[in-house]
Amino acid sequence: MAGVTLDTVRKIYAGNVEAVKGVSLGIEDGSFCVLVGPSGCGKSTLLRMIAGLETISGGEVKIGDRVVNQMEPADRDIAMVFQNYALYPHMSVYDNMAYGLKNRKTPKDEIDRRVKEAARILAIESFLARKPRQLSGGQRQRVAMGRAIVRKPQVFLFDEPLSNLDAKLRVQMRVEIKRLQRALGVTSIYVTHDQVEAMTLSDKLVVMSGGQIEQVGSPAEVYRRPETRFVATFIGSPPMNILPGTVEGPGRVSVGGQSIAVTDMREGLTPGSAIEVGLRPEDVQAGGAGASSLSMDIDFVEELGATQLFHGKVAGAEFIVQASTGQLPADTRNLTLAVDPGNVHLFDPQTTKRLGRV
Amino acid sequence: MVENRPFAQFMAYLTLALGVVIVAFPVYLAIMASTFDTATIINGNMPLVPGDQAAENYSRTLFYGGMHARQPVGMMMLNSMVMAMGIAVGKILISILSAFAVVYFKFPFRKTAFWIIFITLMLPVEVRIYPTYKIVADLGLLDTYTGLILPLIASATGTLLFRQFFMTIPDELLEASKIDGAGAFRFFKDTLLPLSLTTVAALFVIQFIYGWNQYLWPLLITTKSSMQTIVIGIKMMITTTDALTEWNVAMTTAVLAMLPPVLVVIFMQRLFVKGLVETEK
Repeated sequence: MAGVTLDTVRKIYAGNVEAVKGVSLGIEDGSFCVLVGPSGCGKSTLLRMIAGLETISGGEVKIGDRVVNQMEPADRDIAMVFQNYALYPHMSVYDNMAYGLKNRKTPKDEIDRRVKEAARILAIESFLARKPRQLSGGQRQRVAMGRAIVRKPQVFLFDEPLSNLDAKLRVQMRVEIKRLQRALGVTSIYVTHDQVEAMTLSDKLVVMSGGQIEQVGSPAEVYRRPETRFVATFIGSPPMNILPGTVEGPGRVSVGGQSIAVTDMREGLTPGSAIEVGLRPEDVQAGGAGASSLSMDIDFVEELGATQLFHGKVAGAEFIVQASTGQLPADTRNLTLAVDPGNVHLFDPQTTKRLGRV
Repeated sequence: MVENRPFAQFMAYLTLALGVVIVAFPVYLAIMASTFDTATIINGNMPLVPGDQAAENYSRTLFYGGMHARQPVGMMMLNSMVMAMGIAVGKILISILSAFAVVYFKFPFRKTAFWIIFITLMLPVEVRIYPTYKIVADLGLLDTYTGLILPLIASATGTLLFRQFFMTIPDELLEASKIDGAGAFRFFKDTLLPLSLTTVAALFVIQFIYGWNQYLWPLLITTKSSMQTIVIGIKMMITTTDALTEWNVAMTTAVLAMLPPVLVVIFMQRLFVKGLVETEK
């Protein structure tokens, strides 16, 4: 086993397009690291550079304590699961899993033992003789993981492995990947654009945008204390509401003339300067006119079953409130929202960085 | 679409049947002619049902030949077979390798190389016949199998077909085999080749028939009668000026000449069609 260390890794494509702009990141041995971001943010490129499928334009990639920049993918001791599974269509499931070991001149009985073991772990023993096209999406996904497991690599790389599955299967496979990673304890790097997958799977969550890392942390940290406005609106569904406001004084901001208290606020901000106020839809409570409250006009309601989303406007900006079904009558036209000072996030309108306590 | 117009349907079938008759009748006639003796055919009243000379005609043609050519057609068939197989196999080998290079390797002037191959499509044997003949003659390859085969095996069609097929193979497959420790050659042998089997079969059928039907090139470079191909053999049997053409032998030879391509098509038809239309990976 080994951790992975990235040191100012860059990728510059022909035509001077910089896809990855100097990413530094340490991934501890045995941890599950998820790279998440919108498409085109450089997360897949970064993964492919770790795998050795893309050349590294600058910086250094280390697996364990070996610098792997110049190594062939096969020599890096990694295994990769692809989005479209990339199973060899003409080989049986057994041969698909055994192929990498055969190329490494592993003895036949050892190959057999490892393939059988992986098949048992993944519950695909009964398909070993079949061809990939005779399998369903979920089964192919398992075979792709089996192919990774049998190699006993230092690092697993996952490139959006669940995006070709239907919603139900995705949830099921997500749990299985997590369980498997726990059981095997292999360092894993997982790329996805789905923030739910990212939150549920990761020990370490890396949010990327525009070829750079926006924030690294545990899922809870990233959710509770987003470092930039981008992270705040990307992680969490429905996304965080962002309202324009102004600084009133220490621990107080005003939104459209309504004053609210804030716990996590940087000291020394000039009163009267503009600020962005972030509130998660699930963090505001309907009703209750406390010291911090906002009034909201409601346009329409979305039913989600257990919860309802109230869409409307606060101080002229779009706002969403999530409430348990039945808590509010569906024909509510306006609301007073109680705001917990601990749940208010402040961002600099220019730099978009968090203006919390240092 | 559900339609029930009996008259239109009848006309459609009639047209189709007519087409089949037009194509099939000469073939049928040739087969029938190969079962009579010369006199019966010459007098112009050849019956359309099989005669009783089949065994005699076929054994004489295969092992002895006609009165004028005096070459056993069996040997001509062997020559044709060697040439057609050589051309088909050679074309497949060369084109699959060049397509592999053009698709999977990045080298300077890759595009140029591809376009040069593409342009050779416009230069069939007939256009470059003189220089080709000169080269083959200078190399001392007249009257050899090598001389018959070599100038015909470069194939732009094959390269294009394989290139199109390789481009449909997802890149991830190459990447997966890189991670599995397979180098370029192993990827070719273990993944590309097995996946190309149907394309290979399709190309084999086309090129075997192309090779078998070659007329101009063998006519030019073979002078010894022992190197003649069957297509030339037929020609020699019917262009005699001062004697009767042995139509029974000529027709028997024609039937024999049709046989191998027909067998190739019949046995490889399923793979052939799959190779040309397959999209599923």
